[in-house]
Amino acid sequence: MMQRYSALSLLKHGLSGHKGWKTAWAKARPKPAYDAVIVGGGGHGLATAYYLAKNHGLTRVAVLERGWIGGGNTGRNTTVCRSNYFYPESVALYDLALRLYEGLSRELNYNIMLSQRGMLIAAHTPAQMEICNRIANAMQLNGVDGKLMGAEEAAAHLPLANTGPDARYKLMGGIWQGRAGTARHDAVAWGYARAASALGVDIIENCEVTDIDVQGGAVAGIETSLGPIQTERLGIAAAGATPGLMAHVDVALPIHDYALQAFVSEPVKPCLDTVLLYLGTGTYVSQSDKGELVFGGGLDRVPTHGQRGNLPVQEAVTAGLLEMFPAFGQLKLLRQWAGVVDVVPDSSPLIGPAGPDGIFINCGWGTGGFKAIPAGGWLLAHLLAKGEHHDISRPFDLRRFAEGRLIDEAAGSGIAH
Amino acid sequence: MQHFPCPFCGPRDETEFHFAVEAGHARPEPAAAVSDAAWSSYLYENASPKGSAREVWLHLTCGEYFIMTRDTVSREVTGSEALPGHAP
Repeated sequence: MMQRYSALSLLKHGLSGHKGWKTAWAKARPKPAYDAVIVGGGGHGLATAYYLAKNHGLTRVAVLERGWIGGGNTGRNTTVCRSNYFYPESVALYDLALRLYEGLSRELNYNIMLSQRGMLIAAHTPAQMEICNRIANAMQLNGVDGKLMGAEEAAAHLPLANTGPDARYKLMGGIWQGRAGTARHDAVAWGYARAASALGVDIIENCEVTDIDVQGGAVAGIETSLGPIQTERLGIAAAGATPGLMAHVDVALPIHDYALQAFVSEPVKPCLDTVLLYLGTGTYVSQSDKGELVFGGGLDRVPTHGQRGNLPVQEAVTAGLLEMFPAFGQLKLLRQWAGVVDVVPDSSPLIGPAGPDGIFINCGWGTGGFKAIPAGGWLLAHLLAKGEHHDISRPFDLRRFAEGRLIDEAAGSGIAH
Repeated sequence: MQHFPCPFCGPRDETEFHFAVEAGHARPEPAAAVSDAAWSSYLYENASPKGSAREVWLHLTCGEYFIMTRDTVSREVTGSEALPGHAP
């Protein structure tokens, strides 16, 4: 039985010395068989398990995590939530995620600290402003909030931005999405884990999948570091580890793995109350509730499975930040880290069946998986439960490569990767 | 800054290089007989290996493509050779 969190429970446990809090989710050991097994205990995998139980009533479900819950890209991103994409398929997907995020704290009874502080994608030339106008129009046609913001309004949102005569990239305005913002990334993983566990899902950490057992063209089970598990439905939400897992069933994917870095400065008083991406520098930044500046930029352009960043990109991203906000040059860098992201040629995810019957993948989110967690979970749960696509996931099927129907968001949304 | 070895120029800064493709992707022929699936596989599918990898890289400053063998976890480079028939 899940222990409900509330202001009253906080007061009650506070008065009794905080001795009464229970473990948020149960530490499970694998059972011999499950109705569905999900590989990957990050946000997407945990959300999949939660929606399998909640939306489809499937509770004989296990989530297997090689390391610890939320220790991969879910705990390594810069926590931005947004749906400012160009193509209708993408907007449908990412706005499903944003809408679910908007109700998630209440639904999970877990404060994910969603802060819809707005996001500006800043342009620096008249040509870029025209593209921004086109994207803002596309967003409105697709039914999400997006608008073109002018230079004056942008400067008013960003009092510390570099608007001086020596600015290399002039702040001309850009695309504004008011519903975009940030959320507490760990809380998303922990909230889904707790809610899934309460519905009967087994969450198993330190359990690595070593092989996939296929019989008669369909998945029959998996081998793991904690022994064999039988299942006829296997969901894979393992980001950069997905190509290695699918190699067990001889399926190659259109994925390259790269390191994506993120950085945090020492904490300072509130000075930036939106999320900002500069098209010119490719650096994006927001300020955390603790006051740290959380920022990142482009990929390390060296394929890797190592969760470390390289120095040239570190220098480029930091230089970009200082071009945007010269005053931040006074700050010390507190931490720097990297995650391994699975990048697809059209910068859109891979969602759907892959290889033997019963295997479904949810990967290829590349540099932007965190914002999509609720949708990724919702759609993979639908695939596992029904054996067929949800209307929103269908365009993201692997078949789009052979059919030449790429959803080329690399160009469409102006993202820096 | 890591140094990568170009078979033509020797060790140079990693920023001078650009990853092109995993080595061993043979273009399917003849074009008229190639299925959509085979063409898509040639264009898009990768092994994305964890550990030892053989890759085609471009040294941007001299313009030569070459094959580099390296570890995708430790980033250690273990070999660098010109493409067949393009010895320096």
